[in-house]
Amino acid sequence: MAKHRGRGTVAVNYPIGMNLGGDPSQALVHSNPEGQFTVALSSIDLGQGMKSVTRQIAAETLGVPVGHVYVDTADSDTGAQCMGSFASRGTHRVGNAVIAAAKEARAVMLAAAARELEVNPTDLETDGLGNIHVKGAPQRSVTTKDAANAAQFKYGESVSGSGIFLIPMSDVDVETGEMNTVSCFAHCAMIVDLTVDDKTGEISDVQINSAYEIGRALNPKLMEQQLVGGAWMGLSHAAYETTEPAYPSRDHRPFDFSSYVMPGPGDLAQHDIAILERPAPDGPFGGKGPGEMCANPVLPAVANAVFDAVGVEIDTLPITPERILRALKEQRGA
Amino acid sequence: MTTPVHFTHNGRPVSLFTEAGESLLSLLRLKLGDQTPKYGCGQGGCGACSVRIDGQLRLACLTLAETVDGAEVETVAALSAPNLDPLQEAFMDHFAAQCGYCTPGMIVAARTLLDTNPRPSRDEVIEAISGNLCRCTGYEPIIDAILAVAAQEVSA
Repeated sequence: MAKHRGRGTVAVNYPIGMNLGGDPSQALVHSNPEGQFTVALSSIDLGQGMKSVTRQIAAETLGVPVGHVYVDTADSDTGAQCMGSFASRGTHRVGNAVIAAAKEARAVMLAAAARELEVNPTDLETDGLGNIHVKGAPQRSVTTKDAANAAQFKYGESVSGSGIFLIPMSDVDVETGEMNTVSCFAHCAMIVDLTVDDKTGEISDVQINSAYEIGRALNPKLMEQQLVGGAWMGLSHAAYETTEPAYPSRDHRPFDFSSYVMPGPGDLAQHDIAILERPAPDGPFGGKGPGEMCANPVLPAVANAVFDAVGVEIDTLPITPERILRALKEQRGA
Repeated sequence: MTTPVHFTHNGRPVSLFTEAGESLLSLLRLKLGDQTPKYGCGQGGCGACSVRIDGQLRLACLTLAETVDGAEVETVAALSAPNLDPLQEAFMDHFAAQCGYCTPGMIVAARTLLDTNPRPSRDEVIEAISGNLCRCTGYEPIIDAILAVAAQEVSA
């Protein structure tokens, strides 16, 4: 009876979104007469940061401060259509739709500024601080607020734009069965080291080392947050969570929060993360999105590490002490 | 049976009637409109409803409303008036919230810790929030935020 150290590795090609039936998302952007912009989305922020990232993308495209942009994800009945927040698609699909919508709204704002300054719109640039000025002549400027106001009250123009981003449906080649299922991949490599006690079946001292390639980290802190939290959930799925642990029968399964097992703050794995940025050609400012890929690799990596430690291959999740002990018993009996 | 209770809610004296078996959480949320303590599991397993009663950390879902008669009850809302508590600032700086559902309870638990133990170790922080479940963050940013406030308050 002893404790065994084991190592498991995993490599992931993670598809961003899906296009088997076409995968569109839409965004609407408009400004009030004060130059304050609203981005209306049906895409939902579940806590992953959709609102923060689309707000940054809109502000960057419009050329206005982030504080001048509000993202409204209030109602998927009245908002423009979005396929949804799933398949790690939010940043990529919705971000591209926001860029398209914000470009249109920016063009109206710049056209009004051009009329105010009596120049050609192509000679104008934004400073990102709330001003529009003539290239090379910063003293000839108008605020984005005044431009948005003039557009609506003097020129009768709506400072608004609509955008859609579509990955079209991919047909199957009837001869070869070939199809282009995915246009954009994120990547991950992960190493999990852990200890298995062959007497109790318990897993302990989990260390995770990972590298994620996510296009471009549009908001590095949000990215880190999602990778840390997602890996925790991956570990939880790998080793803890189930509604079906049967000790000794199904009657003993958890019925409520108090008996449903999840790792707490005292059960954390040490996790060192490297974020690699390889901007995606079709991503918004190169972004892809960590999405589900932050949780998924932990599961096979833990299974592989258990195999490396004690030589049993567990193919049913979660990898509980009971499952490890049963597999060890079978191994000895064989 | 209907029972009158008098207590202070975030420093404000309140008097109202409670029904037999009503929880403090239900009274706070439904009768006083203070929705900062959250309903998570309703059985003391998640900590989302954490409040302070006479300075002690308590679970509002397991506390009978009639037992707080004469007590001082504080929710996280008490900490943010007039300015945000340093813990609330630190939770933002450390990105210690994603969906935010556990955050009020986490901050009440953390404030209670720092008021009694201004210089906690990492293990003591973990112990202090071990009754509070978080599904999103993996806890690391929360632990870091609490330790940052401890360091800052001790040096101040």
